[in-house]
Amino acid sequence: MKIGRVAATVVATIQVPALDGRRLLLVDLLDLEGRATGKDLIAVDAVGAGAGETVLVLDEGNGARQVLSAPQAPLRAVVVGIVDAIELGRPAG
Amino acid sequence: MNLGRVIGTVVATTIYPGLEGVRLLIVQPLDRRLAPRGRPVVAADGVAMAAPGELVAVVASREASLALPGLPGPVDHAVTAIVDAVEELAGGPPR
Repeated sequence: MKIGRVAATVVATIQVPALDGRRLLLVDLLDLEGRATGKDLIAVDAVGAGAGETVLVLDEGNGARQVLSAPQAPLRAVVVGIVDAIELGRPAG
Repeated sequence: MNLGRVIGTVVATTIYPGLEGVRLLIVQPLDRRLAPRGRPVVAADGVAMAAPGELVAVVASREASLALPGLPGPVDHAVTAIVDAVEELAGGPPR
């Protein structure tokens, strides 16, 4: 999975039926220090992520379809979590 | 999926049977600021109405074949939505 920051919503009234009008987020991908890598992607929002939030993005088709229980959906990226903290080096907790 | 802009169409009368009747669009991938990024690709039109100049969302790899339900799906890119707007969200304070 990848870490990103919610930058924008993508408004698209005309879409393939399988997308089913789900909320589309434009996510800037981040490195572990929270800096934008310059890459971005459009992900379906599965957790209600808001503006500027650091999120966990699943970027793999089978997993994405499973999360959204949409076996035929042509999509790959889904926001599956909102990141509270990233701890490097020290064991968690 | 990623943002892209339709910059043209491809006509291919001799084509793999599964792709007959599928609109083929030339799409220039864009970055978040809608600046061109990378090389144009030929994408199947999953919404069957994307016109040159329009902003679209494009899915790549195997997922593209799912954008055209009826087909065996020999495509590697497909337009899955016509993008009306990319609404920048006021960057809320990251929690």
